[in-house]
Amino acid sequence: MTISRILRHPSFLIGALITATVLVMAAVAFVWTPFPPGQVRIIARFRPPSGINWLGTDHFGRDIFSMIMVGAQNSLSVGAVAVGIGMAIGVPIGLIAALKRGWTDDVVSRFSDLVFAFPAILSALLITAWLGPGAVNAILAIAIFNVAVFARVTRGAALQVLGREFVRAALAMGRGPLSTLLVHVLPNVAGTLIVQATVSFATAILAEAALSYLGLGVQPPNPSWGRMLADAQNHMFNRPWLAVVPGLAIAVTVLGLNLLGDGMRDLLDPRMRERRGD
Amino acid sequence: MRVFAFLGLLAAATATLAMPAAAQTRDNVVLAFSLEPPMLDPTANAAAAINDVVYWNVFQGLTRITANGDVAPGLAESWTVTDDRVFRFKLRPGVKFHDGKPFDASVVKFTYERAKADDSTNPQKQYFAPIETVTVVDPLTVEVRLSRVDGLFLANMGMGAAIMVHPDTAATNRQTPVGTGPFRFERQIPGDRVILVRNPDYWGPAPRLSRVEMRVIADPAAQTAALLSGDVDVIPFFGAYEAVAQFRNNPRFQVVVGSTEGETVLAMNNAKPPFNDVRVRKAIQHAIDRQQLIDGVLAGFGTPIGSHFAPHRAGYVDLTGVTPYDPAKARALLREAGFPNGFETTLRLPPPAYARKSGELIQAFLAEVGIRARIEPYEFAQWLDVVFRKFDYDMTIIAHVEPLDIPNYGRDSYYWNYKNPQFNTLVTSLNQTVDQGRRAEIYGQMQRILAEDQANGFLFQLPKVMITRPNLVGMWKDQPVFANDMSEVFWR
Repeated sequence: MTISRILRHPSFLIGALITATVLVMAAVAFVWTPFPPGQVRIIARFRPPSGINWLGTDHFGRDIFSMIMVGAQNSLSVGAVAVGIGMAIGVPIGLIAALKRGWTDDVVSRFSDLVFAFPAILSALLITAWLGPGAVNAILAIAIFNVAVFARVTRGAALQVLGREFVRAALAMGRGPLSTLLVHVLPNVAGTLIVQATVSFATAILAEAALSYLGLGVQPPNPSWGRMLADAQNHMFNRPWLAVVPGLAIAVTVLGLNLLGDGMRDLLDPRMRERRGD
Repeated sequence: MRVFAFLGLLAAATATLAMPAAAQTRDNVVLAFSLEPPMLDPTANAAAAINDVVYWNVFQGLTRITANGDVAPGLAESWTVTDDRVFRFKLRPGVKFHDGKPFDASVVKFTYERAKADDSTNPQKQYFAPIETVTVVDPLTVEVRLSRVDGLFLANMGMGAAIMVHPDTAATNRQTPVGTGPFRFERQIPGDRVILVRNPDYWGPAPRLSRVEMRVIADPAAQTAALLSGDVDVIPFFGAYEAVAQFRNNPRFQVVVGSTEGETVLAMNNAKPPFNDVRVRKAIQHAIDRQQLIDGVLAGFGTPIGSHFAPHRAGYVDLTGVTPYDPAKARALLREAGFPNGFETTLRLPPPAYARKSGELIQAFLAEVGIRARIEPYEFAQWLDVVFRKFDYDMTIIAHVEPLDIPNYGRDSYYWNYKNPQFNTLVTSLNQTVDQGRRAEIYGQMQRILAEDQANGFLFQLPKVMITRPNLVGMWKDQPVFANDMSEVFWR
């Protein structure tokens, strides 16, 4: 993958740019925000965007830009941890299912079917309703869905690789199954997994926002884009910017991650490469 | 006179022109309220939402609380009192329950003895404690003898917890309430609405509405949307205070601001460390700016309170100055109590918007003085069970909506776990006092004790902001008791 190829892929570039911006914003929020994000100033409530409060203030006089910055941390960390757990558990399960076949494979596939039978947000709702609201439980809820996603994607991709000659040859020459998986299979499915991780990351951010919107995700005082949206809906008719700002933050971040994922799929997929004549 | 008649005609004509044809013939109302009643029997559960639906509409007591808080004749058309202790009630003739069974003196006897019994689950059992005997004199006369003077007896018998229940239906009223009121219960769709229909055999003036739908809409934004879209005609207790301005400027609606009996408190578990230390409770109150809370949560609509008493009541003392907003003092008190770095605690919040939003703001106030409160949002049934019944909580926020409910601080077992023998003495003397002036004095002393003990955080008196159609007449402006009395409501 050469630099010129990347530069010729505008959606990848845009996606990467957006994602990088969100990442930088979240990172900066660790050391600096214009105002403390939880700082309540009732006299300064509902200020429109200005030089002091760049995106205005909310119903408690909190600075919206500061909340968006810290909210980015929340969204990204919930997404990262949920996808991380999903991969850490889902990928080995998928690999083993592909290698063993038989009943192991059946169990894994039926488990995935079961999870997929419920829409992601519904199962997340069920889990948070059961475990109680909060950031950790929201992460768990989203992670469980991702375990199934990664198990299935890994299994599918690994099955293809396992059928190829070089893997059969390795096995025939006496390489152990575990080492075959690690040395030959995993590197060959890594591209697919990275793409899936990007897409899942976007889904996880959406799911976190939805849960927080419903009051089941990150709890106050930690700002969350979803809850900002829920707070803003009381004021939609009079002060629409309160809803527009967190709504845009969610939409743009998810768009960025999806563009990035699409772009990576194109760039990492060898067949695409051939089609482009590189 | 003629001028007046002419003006009246003109007004009628304009009203006719302004209203769509359908509105004139309408005889149903869709009302929305924010909490779903967990059941529909007010003699079995304290939830105010039950009375929101059934009070006077379905169930009636011997006396009745009217729109301005007066005690008026209910199912008893008159009564005589001897020695402040013997009440002889003359019952209305021809009153029938919705299932056709007659209402008579034996029902009164059954109702009061059931409420007073040892195994009674009545949420206001103390109302019935002074009752010594209930005697059926004749089918339409009943005599209630009290063991001690109770200045609130007639008012209490008009409350939701004292409504008349027939022996045959007492056990099933939770799901299918059968009363004597102007409306019959038709059905409840859980999580959605309760439907009442006109009782054709009502003993009093026939209600002008044929059907009342009471919809549960908890979310303030959804309440706004339901009004604007015309799905709902009236929200007696509108939750989206910030949105009130837009209804003020809209000719399709009328905004009516009244008062409630809802003292909103930051309840603290007085038995649980560190809240068993008055210095900690004081520190928490000092950390809270009530006016900012009212501005931020209620868009300025509430009145700050310094104790557990409604400002419009006789005997009210303004004690907001006892523990004013003073974060420095709060930190000093915490240091003194052994918490120089504050402490961690939880704030279990029921669903109403005033509670959730106050919670978020109070969390920020407390953080300023080092108290780290974690917010735990609860569904209402769960809140009633865990916080209200099992006393399993640190702090919570709720409006206490019963009128003159300050004696609750003297209850043996109540979720605040507040204990003060001096206060209990005052409750006893209050119960034995009939003179209004003396009662007001005792109420004043009670308020002072609670403010000095800082039994709870005292926040504000909940306002009643009603958004209604301008041509819907007869809804209550104030809220002396929790009720949506629809018996005299009509479309103009």
